Amino acid sequence: MSGPSTYKPGTGIEKWLDDRLPIIRLGYDSFVDFPTPRNLNYWWTFGGILAIFLMIQIVSGIVLAMHYVAHEDYAFDSVQRITRDVPFGWLIQSMHANGASFFFVAVYLHMFRGLYYGSYKAPREILWILGVVIYLLMMATGFMGYVLPWGQMSYWGAMVITNLIGALPFIGDALREWLWGGFSVGQATLNRFFSLHYLLPFVIAAVVGLHIWALHVPGNGNPVGLEVKTKKDTLPFHPYYTVKDGFAIIVYLMVFAVFVFFLPTVLGHADNYIEADPLVTPAHIVPEWYYLPFYAILRAITFDIGPIDAKLGGVLAMFGAIGILFVLPWLDTSKVRSMRYRPLTRWFFIFFVAGALGLGWCGAKNPDDFVLGIEGFKFLYLGQFLTFYYFAYFIVILPLMGIIEKPKERPASIEAAVLGSDKA
Amino acid sequence: MTEENGAPGADGQEPSRRDFIYIAAGGVAAVGGGLVAWPFIDQMNPAADTLALGSIRVDVSVVPVGSEITVMWRGGPVFIRHRTEEEIAEARAVELDALPDEDARNDNLPAGTPGTDANRVLRPEFLIVKGNCTHLGCVPLGLSANTGDYDGWYCPCHGSHYDTSARIRRGPAPENLPVPDYYFEGGDESMLVKIGLSPDEASNSGWAVS
Repeated sequence: MSGPSTYKPGTGIEKWLDDRLPIIRLGYDSFVDFPTPRNLNYWWTFGGILAIFLMIQIVSGIVLAMHYVAHEDYAFDSVQRITRDVPFGWLIQSMHANGASFFFVAVYLHMFRGLYYGSYKAPREILWILGVVIYLLMMATGFMGYVLPWGQMSYWGAMVITNLIGALPFIGDALREWLWGGFSVGQATLNRFFSLHYLLPFVIAAVVGLHIWALHVPGNGNPVGLEVKTKKDTLPFHPYYTVKDGFAIIVYLMVFAVFVFFLPTVLGHADNYIEADPLVTPAHIVPEWYYLPFYAILRAITFDIGPIDAKLGGVLAMFGAIGILFVLPWLDTSKVRSMRYRPLTRWFFIFFVAGALGLGWCGAKNPDDFVLGIEGFKFLYLGQFLTFYYFAYFIVILPLMGIIEKPKERPASIEAAVLGSDKA
Repeated sequence: MTEENGAPGADGQEPSRRDFIYIAAGGVAAVGGGLVAWPFIDQMNPAADTLALGSIRVDVSVVPVGSEITVMWRGGPVFIRHRTEEEIAEARAVELDALPDEDARNDNLPAGTPGTDANRVLRPEFLIVKGNCTHLGCVPLGLSANTGDYDGWYCPCHGSHYDTSARIRRGPAPENLPVPDYYFEGGDESMLVKIGLSPDEASNSGWAVS
């Protein structure tokens, strides 16, 4: 961790333990006396919120697994039974299902925070990449978890996504069958998805450990984007940020509780209360809301690109949209981290966020419907334009802006930014 | 003093016995790792009982002319349509180069067989195809709901239109609906279709490229 340890064992037992397994020292240096920039705002609280939600999902998930039956004939009924017959099953199932949504809300805000304040820039590239790995694992875990209740959307969502694999040249069909463990989405698929859905959160927890390790080497970034230079730039993590994070966590949990108790199904889809039927496709297959922007990108590619047909092109664009995040630290050529001091790029970023939300809107709609009822303006075209902008932001705008943009003057230090005036 | 089995690889020296041991041990570990990994990868493939469930029999005499049924085979739908003369004529009138996918996609015939209607049916009146859209696997709608612009099937998910030979004509689906391996059990008069054939049955199924 950054700086020498300041831990002093207080009692004989602590001293004895510290000589053998300095685990209290590790916790103290990481979460008590860890020097943290004094200017962190509430956008920095989502890391803590995410840690809480990972725990909520694991604990509620382990409980649900005690009652869930991973069989194509019983899975749907077993989830209904959990919500009706199992003591407090209605609560724990609601926590788990809504917890996934709140987990994704927090991770998206955490990622936008990183994009806005340049958290991915040197020396935090590995920290960022580990974060993208966690995000990918979350996507896989969430996808497989959504299959488990074995409703119509579970089944057909799984069908559509696994069929994407079939778009890969040469190996696609064999790979799809390998994934299914049969000739279609079925019992074997459900069973293995349950196994992997149970496993992956622990993999996420391990990568979160690396993520925090990689965070504690350079320390936190901060809203002005300057490195910590002196001790005056920092505050100890405890009590300053334990309290700030704690407050944010409580507020976030209050909103969560509103959904868990009063709107438990509002984020779900009505079709998922119909048991999976391999012979009937729902009229309108939509994934969970947190995949919608990527679903829109998938559907935006309706044309062949050279030897790549539209189907494979859509798949490549969808995975490319996440894959490009891995190389973001090297695409953004600007040395200035925070968008506060990047007057032009800041606007492009705001459009990027709006575009990402817009893609989500397109993903939820039928591509052939008209946007706001405007004749001829199909959601497909909006999706295509926003997909273009999504990639242009990373491939053209960020590399170019680092060269042509003149950043605003930055304060001399974090301390000066905080104590000098309110407006940094 | 030089040692025969001393430290490996200083420049220009002959490989020592230790170099050999390193490479041999590394090679054994790599092969061993692969051998251990293989069962753990292969276990994901369809199991023996799944493969064994691979055939069904359907009495198609219950399907009147101008109607269709959907049966379950290998966990997914199979369409059996008893086609009218008009539907057959419509399918046969299509030129090959009007098809986005010119392959017959017929499991009974070699890959690359031209996708004429004759190469997709054993008896012209019965069209039997797998019922998952080749785009993303949805079940296309047929006679009961929407036959699309080519009188065959229409996939509501992303708007693929199939003709009366279940060939893709318009929309994002890349391939024709595939024809499963099947034959009429018991010869020419039989109305009993067996879908999913053993190699023995497949060689006597009566299919031929036309």
